[in-house]
Parts: sequence; structure tokens; C-alpha cells
Amino acid sequence: MYRYPVWLNTLVLVVVLTGILFALPNIYGSAPAVQLANADATPITETRLSNFVRSIEGDGVTPEASYIVDGRAVIRFNSVEDQQRSGERLRERYEQDTNVALTLAPRTPEWVRDMGLNPMSLGLDLRGGVYVLLEVDMDTAINNRLQGYEQDFDERLREARIRHRVDLDNQIITIRLTRVEDTEVARQIIITSDPNVIIGDGTDGKTLTVRMTEAQVKERQDFAIEQNMTTLRNRVDQLGVAEPLVQRQGVDRIVVQLPGVQDPTELEKILTATATLEFRLVDQSGDTPGSRSYPGRTGEASAILKREVIASGDEIVDAGFTYTSDGQPAVSITLDSAGGERMLATTRDNVGKPMSTLFIEWREEDVVRGGRTEKRKVKTEEIINTATIQGVFKNRFQITGLTPIEGRDLAVLLRAGALAAPVYKVDERTIGPSLGQDNIDRGFRAIQIGFLAVIVFMAVYYRWFGMIANVALFSNLVFITAVLSMVGASLTLPGIAGIVLTVGMAVDANVLIFERIREEIAAGEQPQAAIHSGYEKALSSIADANITTLIAAIVLLAFGTGPVKGFAITLMIGILTSMFTAIVGTRAIVNLIFGGRKISSVPV
Amino acid sequence: MRFLRHKTHFDFLGDTRRKIALGISAIVIAVSIASLATRGLEFGIDFTGGILLEVGYPEAANLGSIRSNLADAGFEDAQVLRFGADTDVLVRLPPQDGVNPDELREQLRATVAVGTPGVDWRRVEFVSPQVGEELTERGGLAMIIAMLLIFVYVMIRFQWKFAAGAVTALAHDVIVTVGFFSLFGFSFDLTVVAAVLAVIGYSLNDTVVAFDRIRENFFKLRGVSAQESMNTSINEMLARTIITGVTTLFVLVALLLLGGESIAPFSIALIIGIIVGTYSSIWTASATALALGVNAQDLLEPVKDPDLIDDLP
Repeated sequence: MYRYPVWLNTLVLVVVLTGILFALPNIYGSAPAVQLANADATPITETRLSNFVRSIEGDGVTPEASYIVDGRAVIRFNSVEDQQRSGERLRERYEQDTNVALTLAPRTPEWVRDMGLNPMSLGLDLRGGVYVLLEVDMDTAINNRLQGYEQDFDERLREARIRHRVDLDNQIITIRLTRVEDTEVARQIIITSDPNVIIGDGTDGKTLTVRMTEAQVKERQDFAIEQNMTTLRNRVDQLGVAEPLVQRQGVDRIVVQLPGVQDPTELEKILTATATLEFRLVDQSGDTPGSRSYPGRTGEASAILKREVIASGDEIVDAGFTYTSDGQPAVSITLDSAGGERMLATTRDNVGKPMSTLFIEWREEDVVRGGRTEKRKVKTEEIINTATIQGVFKNRFQITGLTPIEGRDLAVLLRAGALAAPVYKVDERTIGPSLGQDNIDRGFRAIQIGFLAVIVFMAVYYRWFGMIANVALFSNLVFITAVLSMVGASLTLPGIAGIVLTVGMAVDANVLIFERIREEIAAGEQPQAAIHSGYEKALSSIADANITTLIAAIVLLAFGTGPVKGFAITLMIGILTSMFTAIVGTRAIVNLIFGGRKISSVPV
Repeated sequence: MRFLRHKTHFDFLGDTRRKIALGISAIVIAVSIASLATRGLEFGIDFTGGILLEVGYPEAANLGSIRSNLADAGFEDAQVLRFGADTDVLVRLPPQDGVNPDELREQLRATVAVGTPGVDWRRVEFVSPQVGEELTERGGLAMIIAMLLIFVYVMIRFQWKFAAGAVTALAHDVIVTVGFFSLFGFSFDLTVVAAVLAVIGYSLNDTVVAFDRIRENFFKLRGVSAQESMNTSINEMLARTIITGVTTLFVLVALLLLGGESIAPFSIALIIGIIVGTYSSIWTASATALALGVNAQDLLEPVKDPDLIDDLP
């Protein structure tokens, strides 16, 4: 007699129940909704939620449901018209302190929500939205860091009264000393500044070259990407989009996905704007090495500024638009501690001297060179304000010299954080909501019909065992849905294709087993023994076949991007779940039905 | 129910049959390669870069007037195609030099929508050519790495002659599937790459299942030639090969007919690949292993106790 031990039956039962539980949120569908979040990121209170609802009901719209999830208010509607209308109204009334976003919310009942269960999210190709792939300009990121070194070495050598010249070219800093005797001291100074950099000797004995190590370059790149992602996240949050996604891809790329957004120009400005500020002293003598003349913005005088940056945009922790006491538009700035310290030291030594605020912006421009059009990054630098340092200040101060509109824009950009390096768009896709709905409808229709055909075929061809295989196939779909919901992966159109393919291939494992059982019966085995050895002998084929396919799926996942990845994820999940259902799942049912008794024939 | 009432005894790997199969494969591969070399592939914008708009008009679209509107606006090189329904139109533009992509996109949108209010923007894609180049590289690399890993796996589980057979069959399937796309001028986009890789998975599945049975019979059927033993194995697995192929084709045909225009190239690639993959697991994979002189001795040497290994999941 072949029976599963109690623990194995229990395990199968637990897995099935868990699968059903996690797949459950997906059966309720979704409804148009408005999502509201406090702009200062504090959670929305019940009182505030009821204010929102009352305000909508005042316009004669009855929401389908309203609740709070993760500190955000979600109000669901019966129709898109209600959603659009109420969304507009809510935006008018609460915009100053609330981010209002139109979205699709799952129709899951409260008890499912309370358990923290969510349906799988849909990819942009299924729900509509904007996808942008951005490339981070790593050369600029590295060069910014090297300029920091250059400035630091320059200062330290000057303090040590060593005559020198420092140049930065092709990511190598070259330090030329006037006297050979200074070489060792200079080397020590560089090591004190950063013990990790690679120091090389020039041929003449009084030249040193400094390069960043590979590890430092990588660290800097990672920093640039991380910082850009944080900044982009902040900026995207200000757009009021529900469930935005900002994700790293590869070494130097960032993916931004904005579900529901229909106009890519809307985020264009906010995504690629890389305006930042630098604060520098005016070089009054005009001949300090490294000093340069910068143009002034309209109405502002140009000036020669010292090379040393007192503080820059990435040290700004807060910025706000305000008016000075005499009514001029101004941006109030708060620096972090490092920037504040330097500002303190500089202002203490330079009271009465002028300091400038340099506005820096990167743009991409096309240039024709030798008949070929190339993209070139253009850096615009303008002095927006030069003022005399009236007294010593540290990390809080104001800058003026902007129009009210410019001031507001600059404050937003600075508050969201500066980008550590400029970004450029390499790929942009906008999918309309109607195409998304079409894709869903068609994809699910294809699954249903294909699935039905397979189920009918299996039941006719393998009779009772075919029915058992069908139960396994269905559980397989439930498991794939459950795993996708659990890991929070989103379902895309190629993902649906992956599921379809898995359904086809999941049948294979069952077919292998059933054909083997038939062979064993034909060879004269007793029914129970035939079932048993059918399962045993088919196992190695199933395992080999699935592992090789799994290898292909993993390679796809590792190298693929976008649609290929979506396909690989469902294929991989499908292979794993189908192995479980075909080998362990159907066996459990077979053992339960046929295992405990004597049978005269096998209904296969 | 059974497709095959009795045990079959087809001489799949008979000398003449193998020669015929070799001839067919050689011709199909030659045609594929010739087509790839002369016609190339109809690459989608995923690879070439450029701009693509999928537009839903409120009424049946007049392609002629859309074309002339575009030409008047300076987009002479725009391709305008019907996409599925009468009302749906696909506009494709190669990468443009020296123009701001955002301005270009807006200008294009305005031109396409001229005189027809209520246009539904189903899809607007802008891809830089640089992304396409990387995709081609990565796709090729993925293919090579997948084959290499599979070769290693089959070599460990079986033997190098089998591994060589499996990888030859995979290369065969990939060339024929991609060649088909070239010959018929079907659009070759990213989803097709996914499909081709899925074909590798499927064809391999088929090949490995056959190899598994061949290995088993090498030990079971003593005093029989390798050729006979392999023939018996393929015959024993025939019912399974047909049923799995047919059920998988069920779902793929459903996907092709119901899945919509954008998933069609994917479905076509898989359908071709599965037919070719089933053929190749018999006449390419097994035949290659046989041609390399595979025999029971090969499997005895590296694996000390094959039964023990067999029991591993």
C-alpha cells in the first residue's frame, strides 16, 4: 500500500491553503480611486479622511469605499467619471498640504486588507503609464569628485608652503612641484588627505600623479546612482503619482515608472533638471590661480570667482521660497553640518568681502561634428547673486537675485535634492489606459481558452488521472498568482505569455508520469506497483528537463531587461510550482484516492 | 484514450532516414542563413531605436491621408501601418538626428491627430539607438551563456557526446526560428528574443527527456546496437512527445489568435520553435550523439553508480 506519511499530506495541505490565501486578493478586481497623502509625509488621520469624504459627498458623489493604507487615504469610486471629478475637487481644496493622485485600488474586502494581503501589481503595459530609462553621466560624477581632491591637495600644499601647480586632465590629477626636495613631503600630504588613492611618480622626480582606485571609482559611481535615485524619488513624489517606481538598472541607468501618467512632458522638466548652486568667494585681486570669470544673469554683474567651493547643492538640506524684510523674493537655505562648518570658517575670515551664488544647469544639446550629429552636455553657469558678507553665519541664510517664479522653482529643486550627476533619457514609453485594458482582456482570454482546451484534452485522454492532473494545473495557476502577489512582482504581458507557456509545460510532467504508468501496466506490473514505479521512474526525466529549462530562465533573468525579465520571472516561478504540483501534489491525491485499497485496474 | 494503440517500431534513426533528415536540416539551415545574410531581420524599435506611435482613431483610419500629412510635416521616412483593427494605426519613425526628441514627439503627435478629434494614444515609445545596440549584445551573450551552461549540465548528467547533440539541436532551432522571421519579414522585437530563449528551454526539455530514456535503455537492453537502442527509446517516448507538443500548441495557438497584435510575434516564434524543437530532439540531438559514436560504455565510465544518480531529484 502506498500512502503519504501524515507530515507530507499536512505539508501539501498547508502549501495549498497558503497559496489560496495569497492568491485570494486577486479575485476582487480593482476600481478607480484617488489616493491622498500628507505632503509632509505624516500619516493621514481618520478625521482628515472623513473630511475628504464629506467634501466629495458635498458634490453629490458617493464613494464606493474609503480607508487608510500605510498612512495614505484611499477613496474608491464606482466610475472613472466620479474619480476624475472628485480628484479635481480634492486637488483644488487640499493641494497646498496634500499630494492627490489618481490611481487604481484593489477592491479587496477589509479583512483581507487587514491581513496585509495585496493583489499582484500590474505592469505598465497592462495598466498604462509612463516608463523612462535614464542614464547617469558617470564621467561628470567622477570628475566632480576629482575636482574635490584637486582643490583639497591645492589647499594643503599651499598651507605647507610648497610651490606647486595642480592640473586635472583625463581623470588624472598631476601635481608639478618646483623643487625636487618637496616631493616626499607632498606625497605625505596626499597620503594624509586620502591614503587610498594611487600615487604615481613622473619622470622628472618632481611630478606626482594621483588617480582614484577602481574601488573608489565604483564607490563614487554607486554613490552618484544612489543619490540620484533618492533625488528622483523625492521629485517624483512631488508629482503626486500613486505607486511610482524608481529603480537602478545595471551600472549607470535608472528606471522610472509612473503608472497612470499620460503626458511624458509633465515629468520631463522635473526628471532631467539638474540645477544646483555653488557658493564661492569673489576673487578681488583677480589673479589667484584657478580663479575664473563667470557671467552674470540678466541685471547681475559678472565676476571673477575663486575656485574653492564653500558649499554646493548636495549639501543643502532644506530650501524654501520667502521674501526678505524689504520685500525682495529670496530662497532660504539650510546647509548640512559639513557645509555649515565651511560656511562658518569662510564668513569668519571674510567679513566685508563679497560672496557669489553660482547657478549651474546642465542641458543636452545636439552638435554637428564632421557631418555626424552628436549629443553634447552643455553646462550653463551664471552668477545669480553677489552680496557682501555682513556678518558671520553658519548653516542658515538667504539668497536673493531671482524672480519670484525662479525662486519658487529653485526652492523645489533644491529641496528635492540636487542630482549628483546629470541624467539623460535613453528610452521612454507611454502606454495609454485603453491599450492596457485591451492587453489584460486579451491576455486573460487567451489563458482561459488555452487552459480549457488542455483541461478537456487531459480529462478525455487520461480519464481519472487526467482529472487529477487538471487539479494540479489549476493549483499551479493559483500558486503562480500567489507567488507573484507575495514577492510583489508585477504582472506584464510577456509575463502572461510565460504563464501560458508554463501551463503547456506543466502538462509535460504529468504526461511523463502517466505514460510511464501505462508502460508499467503494459509490462505486466500490478496496478499499485505500476503507479508507484511510474512516479519513481519519471522523476529523473522531469527533474532533468525542468532544471535545464530553469537554467535558461535564470540566464534570461540575469541578462534580460524589461519584457524579457517579466517573462523569465513567471517562467521560473511556473517551473518551480509545476514541479511541486506534478510530483508531490498529484501523488498526494493519487495516494489519497487509490493508495489505501486494492485496485484491479488503473484509470489512466 | 490513446493515439498509438500499439507499440510503435518506427526506424527513426535508420541510415537512410538520418540522411534524409540531415538533408532537410541542411537545406532549411542554408535557407535561413542565406535569408539572414541577404534580407536580414525586420528589427523592431527595441533594436533600431526610433519613435513608435500606436494610435486608435474613432473611425476607420485613412492611411493615405495620415501618410501625406506626415510627409507634409517633413516626416517622409515615417512608416504607417494598420495594426490589428481598422481603427488602429502604427506609425514608426527611424531615429532622427539633431532634433530634440521631446519636440519631435509632440510635433508627430500633432500631425497624426490633425483633423481627427478624440484620438486615443495607445502607445508612444521613444528608444535611443544606443539601447538597441546593447540589447543585441546582451541577447547574444545570454544565448551563448545559456547554451554553455546547458552543455555543462548535460555533460555532467550524461556525457559530452550527448551534450554536443543537445547544443547542436539548440543551435539548429535558434537558426531556423530566427531564419523564419527573416524569410517572412515578421517584426523581430524583444518579446521574440524571449520566445527564442523559451524555445531553447522547450527543445532542451524534449531532448533531455529522450536522452534520459536512451540512457535507461543502454543499460537495460544488452547486446543491442546503440542505434537500435536509441530507436526503441524514441518510439517509447513517442506518445509523450506528441501529447506534450499538442497541449503546448493548444495554448500557443490560443495566444496567437486571442492575445492581440503585440503578442503575435511572440506566439509565432514559439509555435515554430516547438515544431522545430520536437523534430530536432530526434533528428538532430539523437542523430548527432549517434554520429559521434555514443554507446553504453560512454555512460558507464564517468558515472560509477548510475542508479544512485538517477534517484537524485
